[in-house]
Amino acid sequence: MEKLWEDFGFGLFFWNAIIFVGLIFLLKKFAWKPILDAVNEREEGIKNALLSADNARKEMQNLQSDNQRILQEARLERDALLKDARDMKEKMVADAKNEAQAQGQKMIEQAKAAIESEKNAAVAELKLQVSTLSLQIAEKLLKDELSNKEAQVKLVEKMLGDAKLN
Amino acid sequence: MVISNKPLQFIIAILIACLPIVGLANNPTEHTPAHTETTAVAHEASGEPKDEKSEIKEKIDEKKAHHVLDAHEFSLFEDEETGVHYGFPLPIILWDNGVQIFSSSKFNHGESVAESNGNYYKLGHNEKIYKTDAAGTMTGDEHHPTNPQVLDFSITKSVFSMMVVALLMFLLFSGLAKSYAKNGSIAAGAGRFFEPIVLYVRDEIAIPNIGEKHYKRYMSFLLTVFFFIWFLNIFGLTPLGINVTGNIAITAGLAIITFLITTFTANKNYWGHIFWMPGVPTPMKIILAPIELLGIFIKPFALMIRLYANMIAGHIVVMSLLALIFIFNNIGMSIFSLLLTFIISVIEILVAALQAYIFTMLAALYFGSAVEEHHHEEAHH
Repeated sequence: MEKLWEDFGFGLFFWNAIIFVGLIFLLKKFAWKPILDAVNEREEGIKNALLSADNARKEMQNLQSDNQRILQEARLERDALLKDARDMKEKMVADAKNEAQAQGQKMIEQAKAAIESEKNAAVAELKLQVSTLSLQIAEKLLKDELSNKEAQVKLVEKMLGDAKLN
Repeated sequence: MVISNKPLQFIIAILIACLPIVGLANNPTEHTPAHTETTAVAHEASGEPKDEKSEIKEKIDEKKAHHVLDAHEFSLFEDEETGVHYGFPLPIILWDNGVQIFSSSKFNHGESVAESNGNYYKLGHNEKIYKTDAAGTMTGDEHHPTNPQVLDFSITKSVFSMMVVALLMFLLFSGLAKSYAKNGSIAAGAGRFFEPIVLYVRDEIAIPNIGEKHYKRYMSFLLTVFFFIWFLNIFGLTPLGINVTGNIAITAGLAIITFLITTFTANKNYWGHIFWMPGVPTPMKIILAPIELLGIFIKPFALMIRLYANMIAGHIVVMSLLALIFIFNNIGMSIFSLLLTFIISVIEILVAALQAYIFTMLAALYFGSAVEEHHHEEAHH
């Protein structure tokens, strides 16, 4: 310990203190502060860059999933549209068929009715014709019959005779 | 069962923390030559011929003792045959009846008396500067002169090294700071290597120990002290042969600054825990107060001793291992010694970083306790 104290150089201690403290302040101003600031700044920059890259990736992912979703939706919509169109087509065809059928039926009905009425008219006409003809025939016959007096008397006698028998 | 979140790191840290113990275990071998040295001196005094081995040991010991001390010149190596020193002198600044400034070359590596404004100075063996007269008379024994000492503010080898490291750190980190603006918030240049370490200090030392709210206030100190200690430790491992962080004055300075920051930024809660520990009976509070009060001084003291002991131990171990070459003086031992030195040096690189880490970590821990919010009772999870 005594040797330690003996070796202790006061001048060296003095210079050490001066140089060291001076070095601390000099380096603080010219080195440590700018270095640590720059490093901090860089670290912040890296952190921010990583964060924004992460955000961009997430956004990208979102966009991608959005795209996927939209595509999916579009596909579904297209399918729905196609299905609708097909349905409509079928319905239209069916409707048209039905209507045509109904129309046809109706026309047939009408035709049938017309035929019936024509037939009836024809029958009525025929009847009329027949009755006219019959009357004409009967008229002619009667004219002929009535012109023959003897036959008439004979007939009346005969009828009377029948009536007597009764 | 969870012992630690990072078990591997923890185990390694413990292993490394035990290394200095191994280092200290080598100290007895270091002490033995010291004894032989004194005997050698005694031999010399009695006029008997010195045997070569003890002379080598004495020289090694002197080198070791000299190396771990600060020096007044920057000497890289020397040639003892010709007495030529390779290196460069550093300015000497003394406070003795005004400021005396002269070059350390005037001491001629401790051999001459330096003159400045009519004052005469001599460099002692312990690297202290003593006031003397023109003839250079020294009183007392060679290793502990009783001549008056002067206040020595010289730019010594350690001060010079600190200045170089400070300049290097300033250029490196201000360059790093500027590169962010130029390069779009990305580090460039040589400082780039240190950015992860700066972040490590922030994320693993400061924030977990001090807390998200207060850590920013202490970042400048923590980063500076971490790199300062680390760089100086690493420089100490180079062949430049400097030993700054293994000097008690340096570690004391760092520890005192840590202590001052802890004390002056401490909140009410911290002082409350020291003088009137909440949640214990009153007699216990009275007993705990002096212990806690002592604790605030022991903490920085431990910081000081830990760093000093670790670094000086590393230097002494490496030097002792290298000294084996000269003591045994054969090829086999030399290879073994070099191999061992290499291994220890590699460990020392790790210790250099680890000690910087531990100092910073503990400083952060103390700061954390100083600004801890009052939440013990209500925030039990």
